[in-house]
Amino acid sequence: MYTKDGESYFIVDAHIALWDARPENQRNLHAKQFIDCFYDYHANLSPESEKWTYEEYLYQGGERLMKDLFEDGYVDHAIFQPAHLGEFYVNGFGQTEEAFALTQANPGKLTYNHNFDPRNGEQGLEQLHADAERFGLKGVKLYTAEWHGASRGYKLTDPWVYRYLEACGELGITNIHIHKGPTIRPLDRDAFDVADVDHVATDFTDLNFVVEHCGLPRLEDFCWIATQEPNVHGGLAVAMPFIHTRPRYFAQIIGELLYWIGEDRIQFSSDYALWTPRWLVEAFVDFQIPEDLSEYAPLTTDQKKKILGLNAAKMYDLEVPAELRLPDADETATGPRQPERADLASV
Amino acid sequence: MTAVLTHSPRQREAYDALGVVIDPELDEPITDLGFVRSVAVSGSDVEVHLRLPTSFCAPNFAYLMASDAKDVLVALPWSGRVVVELDDHHDSDIINRGLAADAGYRGTFRHEAEEDLDELRLTFQRKAHTAAIERCLTALLRADPELDVAAVGSVRLGDLPADEHAEALRRRRTTLGLPDSADALVLVDHEGRAPDDVPMALRRARSTRISIDGNAHFCRGLLGTRYPDEPTFVPLSDIKEHTS
Repeated sequence: MYTKDGESYFIVDAHIALWDARPENQRNLHAKQFIDCFYDYHANLSPESEKWTYEEYLYQGGERLMKDLFEDGYVDHAIFQPAHLGEFYVNGFGQTEEAFALTQANPGKLTYNHNFDPRNGEQGLEQLHADAERFGLKGVKLYTAEWHGASRGYKLTDPWVYRYLEACGELGITNIHIHKGPTIRPLDRDAFDVADVDHVATDFTDLNFVVEHCGLPRLEDFCWIATQEPNVHGGLAVAMPFIHTRPRYFAQIIGELLYWIGEDRIQFSSDYALWTPRWLVEAFVDFQIPEDLSEYAPLTTDQKKKILGLNAAKMYDLEVPAELRLPDADETATGPRQPERADLASV
Repeated sequence: MTAVLTHSPRQREAYDALGVVIDPELDEPITDLGFVRSVAVSGSDVEVHLRLPTSFCAPNFAYLMASDAKDVLVALPWSGRVVVELDDHHDSDIINRGLAADAGYRGTFRHEAEEDLDELRLTFQRKAHTAAIERCLTALLRADPELDVAAVGSVRLGDLPADEHAEALRRRRTTLGLPDSADALVLVDHEGRAPDDVPMALRRARSTRISIDGNAHFCRGLLGTRYPDEPTFVPLSDIKEHTS
């Protein structure tokens, strides 16, 4: 909970990780390139006071995570969204056992989402069933750019993905988080391309699709799809720290998201341990869209409350104190699905 | 910083030639972006090293810029042996081998190459045009609060102030083969068609422009973080920032 100027905010950090990128867990040079790339993001976009050393960044452990999020970071609930990266890291990048143990040791504070890779075929499907039962899964994190043998990525429209998503529906795994954004890119199976989300969102209306990093390098495509698909949501991971380095640019991202998808479908996250939540929460509550960006309306306190926690709480059925709840807003001006507009010239 | 003064005329010529190589996603020359790490000239031999903001920058874009760079250097009247190498990339070996053998995109990446590079280039030329339109029209709207959004659909090239945004728009139009005349409508698609719904077309164009700007913020920032204080052809600190 974060309170300022008489307003209280229920905070859900909807995208966190407990990773291990230490040299002993690195399988190859790509493992180092990957964590170096993360560290550059961290170093480049963090305020000076929030920068960690490279050593700290390689591995945090559960104790540090609990402190950064819940003691220092105002977070009420956080959701693990682990990336496996088995081609890069010996024991994977996201630490399954450690994160799940932490979730069990801290009831009510953490949700453990797991991942699957459709290229594992039948065997992976069996594993998904086992994982759903063991972890009590409500969500999964998919990294479509993940390398797998000779493959440098997959699309959500691949036939095997449909088998897995059908299983998700049966198993009660309703929240599908998809990494669409910076870092690994396969070759020209453009991992930023969100067109595949459009297809699965139409075909699986019982599932929620949260596009992490709001498809940032392809924000326009994401907004357009989310406008047409009411079960598509935007996660703010990686977009958040721009609030410090490029506040005018951050204002434009938030302004676009509010216009296209509305205040009920945007989720805050620190993307821990890329960044820590404390300064991001403080900055977001204080944030306002600059007046000279006259194309956007000012951000309201209710909108901030929804983005910072209420939206994710609703998706994950988290208990929110009655006095902090808010009703849904009306539809955005762009409205629900309007197929006749889909053919509009892409000017 | 004084390094610039010691460049030979041919080095300078080679560097200037690289100014026409564009990062398709950011729509800016690789020289402005700081992607040229070094330019060495010995007689007619040229060796250029390129660098990118992360090891995981898209290999297709990386290849495209590196092969364009090789093409412009080979085209110099005095150049003989030309070597272009991409440093510190997860696909450096593959790309550099492909460049050395002039293997082409498909020859370089084999089974992984599904899309044609020309299509990719075209997609981003269209996006760059869309973003250029939005910069021009949003500037008009910000400058005049009385101006109705729907009215920007009838703005013509000749109505725009003679500034860098209008100049960039004209360049993007020329690339796509659109006319440069003063009476040409500004808000058109890549084939010159005006939209039915002007405010919606502008909104979509805005989200395209913001995407491109965002990538540029990431790339410039990460490049500076990745290569702090590295001696280079043009110091990173001299590379100009664009803001919208």
